[in-house]
Amino acid sequence: MSATTAPTWVRARRDPSWIVKLFDWKPFLVFACLFPAVGLLTVFLTYPLGLGIWLAFTDTTIGRTGVWVGLENFEYLLEDRLWWGAVFYSVFYTGVATLGKFALGLWLALLLNNNLPFKSLLRAIILLPWIVPTVLSAIAFWWIYDPQFSIVSYVAIKSGLTDTNIDFINTPWHARFSLIAANIWRGIPFVAISLLAGLQTISPSLYEAALLDGSSAWQRFRYITFPMLLPILAIVMTFSIIFTFTDFQLVYAITRGGPVNSTHLLATLAFQRGIAGGQLGEGAAIAVSMIPFLVVATLFSYFALARRKWQQGEGND
Amino acid sequence: MATVGINNVRKAFGATQILHGVSVDIADGEFVVLVGPSGCGKSTLLRMLAGLENITAGEISISGRVVNNVAPKDRDIAMVFQNYALYPHMTVRDNMAFSMMLAGAPKDVIDAEVAKAAGILGLGDLLHRFPRQLSGGQRQRVAMGRAIVRQPQVFLFDEPLSNLDAKLRVQMRAEIKELHQRLKVTTVYVTHDQIEAMTMADKIVVMNGGNIEQIGAPLELYDRPANLFVAGFIGSPAMNLLPGKPTRGGFETEGGAVLPMPAAVRGTPGWYGVRPEHMLLKPDGGIPAVVVLVEPTGSETQVLVRIGDSTLVCAFRERVTARPGDVLGIMPDLALVHLFEAGSGRRLPA
Repeated sequence: MSATTAPTWVRARRDPSWIVKLFDWKPFLVFACLFPAVGLLTVFLTYPLGLGIWLAFTDTTIGRTGVWVGLENFEYLLEDRLWWGAVFYSVFYTGVATLGKFALGLWLALLLNNNLPFKSLLRAIILLPWIVPTVLSAIAFWWIYDPQFSIVSYVAIKSGLTDTNIDFINTPWHARFSLIAANIWRGIPFVAISLLAGLQTISPSLYEAALLDGSSAWQRFRYITFPMLLPILAIVMTFSIIFTFTDFQLVYAITRGGPVNSTHLLATLAFQRGIAGGQLGEGAAIAVSMIPFLVVATLFSYFALARRKWQQGEGND
Repeated sequence: MATVGINNVRKAFGATQILHGVSVDIADGEFVVLVGPSGCGKSTLLRMLAGLENITAGEISISGRVVNNVAPKDRDIAMVFQNYALYPHMTVRDNMAFSMMLAGAPKDVIDAEVAKAAGILGLGDLLHRFPRQLSGGQRQRVAMGRAIVRQPQVFLFDEPLSNLDAKLRVQMRAEIKELHQRLKVTTVYVTHDQIEAMTMADKIVVMNGGNIEQIGAPLELYDRPANLFVAGFIGSPAMNLLPGKPTRGGFETEGGAVLPMPAAVRGTPGWYGVRPEHMLLKPDGGIPAVVVLVEPTGSETQVLVRIGDSTLVCAFRERVTARPGDVLGIMPDLALVHLFEAGSGRRLPA
């Protein structure tokens, strides 16, 4: 051996530690990755939902464990005029508010899609009603609708439109429409911003082509914008219907279901019966009775959202 | 059928001048290609012709009628877009029928026109497909079909082949040219590809930096480029352009090579131009040139050579077996040498 020979060095084979081995073991990895999500969903979603459904079939009241009563709660509800009233108003509220939100939201989105000065500032302002906590805006509306101190009444009287304060929430139909107006106000940003995102995916050259094809502005909306917006419109509408149908905060904060129970939604009625009235089983039954309506809305989304044939991503030649 | 007049047209976006007063006259039934590098204003000019951009100054007329303030739909033109701009939610048939549907044509008339256009373009079997179910070439054809159905006075094409692969591009090039020969509709075609311009055009408009460099028939531009820009832009491989000055023995390039000059030259040449295909092999008596690179393409052999410090590209029809480092005797074809004025870069009449 001469002194110039390079010292031989063998790369050491190190055994991986037990923790490395553990994380390399696929069953453990699957469990470790799924556990947080599944755990959270079970504790905060599946358990309350299951408990709610269970309660709906019992005569539980606050402080007394109930017994299984089968469909008795539901049979009672079918004869309950208040429940039918809440069903009517929930459907009416959802229908009218959704129409209003989409008409105004789409209009706003189309406006914002033009090149306006201060475009991003305008978009930020439009999001405001949505970022404000619902209860805060509900309280603001409560004041706006106040019989005595309403700013709208004040302005109307000062400008000579009317002599007396406007009655917003003290007769049933006025209250119903006032609540719908508040819900529309709150829902517009979500619709407008989502539809704006959809509008921005439409290539401007399509409009140019349509312009050369001799289309009027209305025809461009009817034949280009609307059909291309339809997929995202369907998604946004499904979410909007679900949120509106299950609304609780606005109604509970402004009218608490009054006057004379005329503005009860199923959610507020369920709360009133179950928590305020202590009839947990009956309240749960009212809440469960919302499920069929929501299933219909979800099915609507399932079918309306089914990819249209012209969209990318499906081989159906 | 229509003539198109573009008269001293200017375009500015804010303070940025895009077009500095361009004028082109297009005859009835002519196939005119606007060609130039990116940003030269050719697409802007086309979009002004279509009515998609305002005209800052000047006049555009179609069939003698000034259309500056005429809406796009009333200009009686059809345009094929670079991205085709097919309506994704409509079938091929509906895409092609859209303009007639908007105009309120009866269904049987629409069907007849669509069938006719589909027949011309070979789209008959695809009428019920959606654009996404078509290949690039088919989409291109649908875009043309949409234009044909409108029976416009002028066809506008905005880089229609740039999204296609090389082979399809050659094929569609031929199809568009054939279509023009069949329909004889005045056509304005924008491209940055000089080969497309050369092969398709009746008349080429070479644009650069918002100005027109030269207008002429393809071979006119090839044979007699008006200036350095056109000389370098038209022709592939590009013309050898060597700066230098005339000396007693000929033209001495800055690289030190001395090249023979045509006899009668008026003015002071500052640039010596010769196309690669106009370099001849001359084993005895040629200018000795050192081979740098040999690229055989089969039909010809491109050889990069060095004379002094000047580099030239030569394209020989003969097969060249030289290797890098060898010395070849070469000679430019004197009748086909181009000289350009020092400073202005204008072509010097020989």
